[in-house]
Amino acid sequence: MGRPIRFLLDGEVRELPADTDPTLTVLNLLRYHLRRTGTKEGCAEGDCGACTVVLGELTEDRVRFRAVNACILFAPMLDGRALFTVESLGREGALHPVQQALVDHHGSQCGFCTPGFVMSLYAVQREGAPTDTASLKDALAGNLCRCTGYGPILAAGQAMGEAPATDIATALEAIQPTEGLALEYKGRRYFAPRSADELAAVLAAHPEATILAGGTDVGLWVTKQQRVLPTLVSLNDAADLKGVEDLGDAIRIGAAVRYVDAQPALTALHPAFGDLMRRLGGLQVRNLGTVCGNIANGSPIGDMPPALIAAGATLVLRQGDARRELPLEAFFLAYGKQDRRPGEFVEAVIVPKIGRGRIFKIAKLSKRFDQDISAVCLGLSVGVEAGQVTDARIAFGGMAATPKRAAACEAALVGRPWTRETVEAAAAALAEDFTPISDMRASAGYRLDAAQNMVRRAFLESAGASRVPDAEAVAYG
Amino acid sequence: MADSGGATRQIPVLHAPIGHDSAPRHVSGEALYIDDIPEPPGLLHLYVGQGARAHARVTKLDLAAVRAAPGVVAVLTPADVPGKNDISPFAGDDPLFAEGEVKFRGQALFCVVAETLPKARAAAALAVVEYEDLPALLTADAAVSAGAFIEPTQAIRLGDARAAIAAAPHQLSGHLQVGGQEHFYLEGQVALVVPGEGRDLHVWTSTQHPTETQHILARVLDCPDVDITVEVRRMGGAFGGKETQSVQWAAMAAIAAKLTRRPAKIRLDRDDDMVMTGKRHDFEIDWTLGFDGDGRLHGAAFEFASRCGFSADLSHAINDRAMFHADNAYALQAAEIVSHRARTHTVSNTAFRGFGGPQGMMAIERALDAVALSLGKDPLDVRLANLYGVVGDLTPYGQTVTDAVAHEIMTELEASSDYRARRAAIAKWNAANDHLKRGIALTPVKFGISFTTTYLNQAGALVHVYTDGSIHLNHGGTEMGQGLNIKVAQVAADAFQVPLASVKITSTRTDKVPNTSATAASSGSDLNGMAALDACEQIKARLAEWAIRNYGHPPVYTGGGVRLGAELLSFRDFVHEAYVARVSLSAAGFYKTPDIHYDRVTHKGRPFYYYAYGAACSEVVVDTLTGENKVVRVDILHDVGRSLNPAIDLGQIEGGFIQGMGWLTTEELVFDDKGALRTHAPSTYKIPTAGDRPDAFNIAIWRPGENRENTIHRSKAVGEPPLMLAISVFSALTDAVASVAGHKVMPNLDAPATPERILAAVNDVRRRAANA
Repeated sequence: MGRPIRFLLDGEVRELPADTDPTLTVLNLLRYHLRRTGTKEGCAEGDCGACTVVLGELTEDRVRFRAVNACILFAPMLDGRALFTVESLGREGALHPVQQALVDHHGSQCGFCTPGFVMSLYAVQREGAPTDTASLKDALAGNLCRCTGYGPILAAGQAMGEAPATDIATALEAIQPTEGLALEYKGRRYFAPRSADELAAVLAAHPEATILAGGTDVGLWVTKQQRVLPTLVSLNDAADLKGVEDLGDAIRIGAAVRYVDAQPALTALHPAFGDLMRRLGGLQVRNLGTVCGNIANGSPIGDMPPALIAAGATLVLRQGDARRELPLEAFFLAYGKQDRRPGEFVEAVIVPKIGRGRIFKIAKLSKRFDQDISAVCLGLSVGVEAGQVTDARIAFGGMAATPKRAAACEAALVGRPWTRETVEAAAAALAEDFTPISDMRASAGYRLDAAQNMVRRAFLESAGASRVPDAEAVAYG
Repeated sequence: MADSGGATRQIPVLHAPIGHDSAPRHVSGEALYIDDIPEPPGLLHLYVGQGARAHARVTKLDLAAVRAAPGVVAVLTPADVPGKNDISPFAGDDPLFAEGEVKFRGQALFCVVAETLPKARAAAALAVVEYEDLPALLTADAAVSAGAFIEPTQAIRLGDARAAIAAAPHQLSGHLQVGGQEHFYLEGQVALVVPGEGRDLHVWTSTQHPTETQHILARVLDCPDVDITVEVRRMGGAFGGKETQSVQWAAMAAIAAKLTRRPAKIRLDRDDDMVMTGKRHDFEIDWTLGFDGDGRLHGAAFEFASRCGFSADLSHAINDRAMFHADNAYALQAAEIVSHRARTHTVSNTAFRGFGGPQGMMAIERALDAVALSLGKDPLDVRLANLYGVVGDLTPYGQTVTDAVAHEIMTELEASSDYRARRAAIAKWNAANDHLKRGIALTPVKFGISFTTTYLNQAGALVHVYTDGSIHLNHGGTEMGQGLNIKVAQVAADAFQVPLASVKITSTRTDKVPNTSATAASSGSDLNGMAALDACEQIKARLAEWAIRNYGHPPVYTGGGVRLGAELLSFRDFVHEAYVARVSLSAAGFYKTPDIHYDRVTHKGRPFYYYAYGAACSEVVVDTLTGENKVVRVDILHDVGRSLNPAIDLGQIEGGFIQGMGWLTTEELVFDDKGALRTHAPSTYKIPTAGDRPDAFNIAIWRPGENRENTIHRSKAVGEPPLMLAISVFSALTDAVASVAGHKVMPNLDAPATPERILAAVNDVRRRAANA
């Protein structure tokens, strides 16, 4: 028997025994074990935010407060962290300023989504994040409300004021584990090693294990597919996988780096990364999910791979002490099949800096602008010198069984002048590159049409055209 | 003076922007929804086994492994239904469990009752089911072609529309598809049933219709209604989706509780909920108009076909309401409105905010956009030229519109939204921009208020005044977030001039107020507010009779207490004295809407007590390369009569608009060719997020609003009408698409206007313009 899971709830230390079901969700822990029913289940797949809770996490310099979806968060992932739920904030007679602001601005109607909004706003407040309308819309994109139309909630977010200063860091430091977590429940095992080396060793011993990063995908295997996962190995606590390192001509993003933590560095490479990432899931998903997880799960509709392939990213894979690197596009072999060997794990992704003067575009196309899965996602990086295209890396998600480069499209560009005519030919060549499918997100015909137009639009944008979200500023600015 | 309680400053409670009574509990997480109620000992959990075919004979249903699975206590099948295996509101065609034949993919076949939900769910997967597929009609068109209907085709006629159209200077016709909509209430379907003494069952369920739940459960269980008590404190959203669709789950839990004598809970997983419960009807619409050079209508003909699903549910009334709203705010002069109600092998579509009205309005608004384009006119001018009150007052169903205010509202909004100048600016902007295009539209809403099934327009309330002056308020309406309870509490507090805090809002229960109608049709505060007022007035009448005898003066209720001639008593002392004098301080109130009548055979009468009005002006921008779009500004002016509570009403207006906008833009229900719903979770079915709310969003309650009918304090219903304000977004998108060919070609844009449909419409307009 190993040590218990240890976390803070309302600032108090709580323990869960080492034989806790590793895939017990925090939502079910709260609702059915701890009888804290303020946190609601709306979808059990991390898409509605009704179950939003806040995690306090000790980072190098401070405590980060992250809104996350309790419905797909496994209880062992609380280890060493502070958990805040709506009950942590205030009672009916003594409301927290966030709660009071929602009351004052009529921010609840049916009330079912409300605790989730309270917690998302609480995280904004604790982080001291901006509360202008645009920022709040980003922070709340992962919270669905079917009643209010959101206006009153946004107003409350602007009126909630600053967080009262409370110290949680000391209490968090006191529960920081020195050894990794090892749980066993009815023959199922869960490991959370503390370093990449330990992780490599655990995976060498359990090559068949499911690797768990943010759990924003794996969580659904449990809640939606009822899958039983015999061995889970979490890389969330491997300290040396959490860094974003500047290599000079590239950045190296460790396997445990969450989207939110990679976002500033990637945005610094190019603002297009920022525009993409603020639309990738809701903030709750970006607070848990990792860039490398988005690669490792091999989804053909993950948003990071097309952009990273266009940027020329390299994947670092590790098995025991052996490491190998491969171009990101080479990792994706076929639908559901990646070039990852048993016991091997994605240790990092290396993203080269975008050369000055390159045309670098990312375009995500989805039914709903925010927090939707792409129908088509484009990453495009074109070098132009003296009006001639010197090289091109164009990758698409949603167009094939894997994220994939558009070889014919690229070939139609390279060595030709960067003109409308060239781009027309390159767009047309996409028909050779892809035979997309029809599904609930888009028809095959639309996917191809839109993909071609996205390449055309990249050309227009390189000449100064604006996109829909910017158009308002164009007209009213 | 007996007022020792310290007379308090009285804030007027009527017409005041008072917050939702549950708001402090919502934000603190203390508001209890059914799954939050502490689980009683011995609680059993249910999981439903679904049919996996759209239409098939069930040739084998082997549940042996299910029954043998760990933790399973019972497996419910049609054989376990003590009474009638039917949960339909009236048609008798909606089995609790499919028997021998499945009629839509996801239909309930059986239900596992187990010690835990995971065990119930795991066991359900062990069922062995074999099918023999039968031909499936999946779309309205397919069913209409096959002659499959839930009832005969209905028609409303005013004059000879075909002749009027033919004789008009211009004729135009078109086709429009309007998609359905998932309710996506945040709290899914849930019920908890606890057995009491004898045959008694107490049912907590998330429903808009406690009475019907009670009656149907009694039918299913073969017991008298009186054995069953249904209680609803609040719902986590409903929007029509818990009017009938909540009953099935409560019925399964009731059978489980009855058979096992243990408490039983059922809570649908989101995906199962979306697959197994009905939605807004999708429509196929053909329209033909005859009009003159000024865009004035001479006649209109509409042919609707809606996908009702496998059973009738409420589709009769929903499609009737679609017909009643094919005129929206316009005098059609001559009309023919034909409505086919297609029986398909899909989930049974049901009530959803607007109840068919939105689809009906889409028809005429699309048609008027087409008229304007064909004449080169501003669509707003065509709309203004055809309004009730401007060019007529007789509806196709024979009701005379006596309260037409759409023209006033629209012209006021035209000015306040700066519509004309913006339309000109947009034209200029579009001329200068190639790949982004803007569009604008200003559209009205006129929505008929009353259940069109006349007898449903009744309500009850129960008011107790306790001897300390506190008031227990109960009524037949249910709270789903719309603020019904606070509005009715305002009515009661005002009646006695007591602080709102003196009025206790309590859960809706069939043993307190019986035989109620669903909280639906926007009727909640109209009906229940009046019933509560009646109860208060009865108590006041008794108090007055006693006071006149005792004090020689009728009581005058004031914020400072009850004035009896020169004397002023606190309300508490006053009612306590009355109690000692043996005056009954409890009353059951009742209300029925007067003056309405409707003959469904001829489709003539006065189905509506009055109309609610509003108008919205929306501006959009469209990317003509991808179809991506954004609503950049919305202005709304809406008539709620004399608002009982402007804060609540503004919330309904904004929320309704955004919900309607979702219906017409991003919310797309996709069924595959096997009849399986492919968009069964929020990952694939996209309701609006905060980011979709336009940054420039100006909402105002129309100041002159006052109901001409004697409704509760002259207010108007607000639940449904604002949803249809979002048609302005669809028209604005159409306008933007039309601009790619200089408004020379009418776009074939269907709803929802997803990026894919918009791009298709853009390409189609360009193609047709090039060929013209």
